[in-house]
Amino acid sequence: MPPISRGFHGRRSEVDPARVPPGQYVTPDFPVLSAGPTPRTPLDRWSLQIDGAVDAALRWSWAEFRALPTEPVTVDIHCVTKWSKLDTSWSGVSLDTLLDGVDTEAEHVTAWSDGGYTTNMPLEDLTGGRAWVVHEYDGQPLEPEHGGPARLLVPHLYFWKSAKWLRGLTLTIADEPGFWEAAGYHNYGDPWREQRYWND
Amino acid sequence: MREVVTESRTARTLALDVPGWPGHRAGQHLDLRLTAEDGYQAQRSYSIASAPELEWLEITVEVVEDGEVSPYLTAEVEPGDQFEVRGPVGGHFTWSADEGGPLLLVAGGSGLAPLMAMLRHRAARGSDAAVHVLVSARGPEDALYAAEVAGLEPADGLEVTWTYTRTAPDGWTGARGRVDAPMLEAAGFTDRAAVRCFVCGPTPFVEHVLDLLVAGGYAASQIHAERFGPTGT
Repeated sequence: MPPISRGFHGRRSEVDPARVPPGQYVTPDFPVLSAGPTPRTPLDRWSLQIDGAVDAALRWSWAEFRALPTEPVTVDIHCVTKWSKLDTSWSGVSLDTLLDGVDTEAEHVTAWSDGGYTTNMPLEDLTGGRAWVVHEYDGQPLEPEHGGPARLLVPHLYFWKSAKWLRGLTLTIADEPGFWEAAGYHNYGDPWREQRYWND
Repeated sequence: MREVVTESRTARTLALDVPGWPGHRAGQHLDLRLTAEDGYQAQRSYSIASAPELEWLEITVEVVEDGEVSPYLTAEVEPGDQFEVRGPVGGHFTWSADEGGPLLLVAGGSGLAPLMAMLRHRAARGSDAAVHVLVSARGPEDALYAAEVAGLEPADGLEVTWTYTRTAPDGWTGARGRVDAPMLEAAGFTDRAAVRCFVCGPTPFVEHVLDLLVAGGYAASQIHAERFGPTGT
């Protein structure tokens, strides 16, 4: 039994508690968390790439990426720093579309971004309608500080897995810890099992 | 809870005795978990403001209007109260005196807390690493640790510059207004190559300073940032 914090009552949220993972609180804001400066890559120099353990790397220019079929996505997001934001609405391309026809032995993925950020996850977590590369938030082009022009969206994992400023996905045979995963944060990061740090 | 110190108009420093604390690096943070009588819990992360050399931990909490946890921590808590603490957490925003300088530290408001841990660590270790600090505060009554920071100088290698964005102290002849390129140029280093920059503050402040640093010739790989609060949009 944890110690009682004398005089602490807290503010019970009015949202359905079944939607809020353990240790999280719901915020109407959209906080920003990044470890360095916000990169600003001009769209004519932007591309998205799928490489690594694949027969031939795939690459889309911005125009090619924007020509792919998009879908609206409304999901709850959960940041390891404890905030959750419900019913966020995005638009983007499903990873099922991007990975369509890709033949690989790889079971892992490293997502990499402008600015050098990386994050890893199992390849299967990007499939089955559970992950997108999004370019719009709330009907507007995604702002640079939130990861624009395009970011990964993997809402069933803590939000650091949803790499901002996404430029590529490298499919790997071995699991390679990314930036936060190498710095003490959980390798998988399931908010519902509260996998925040290495020992969770 | 060991002690509560009023730090500014809106901030209090909480000194915590944490039995079994494994030690931390300057710049890291901790997770604090509060439990209400009915078992309801709330968790928040706070930067550690104290040096690793101190025998207890200090965090500085700025009250967030309408917040759930910070009004409690800034108005209710007393010595003897108990919380759960977890940590240390965070790896990229850290510095040890063994790594030496030069460092450029830029703080907005209570973003000074993790940088204060670095300054206190530097002093505790007797380091003469080149550390230049630029602190932006709204006014003297909002400035954190001002007397202690003043007491750190003069020291070899340490230069601290304050800028006040709303009200400056009486007779103030230093910088005023929000951080701009000339201020960063003056606070920074001529030879940028080996400098590590640590920037902490509210998100809009950090975004602004990082853009200026990049435009001013610092590489993204030299810059470490911690942002807090919503974006304001």
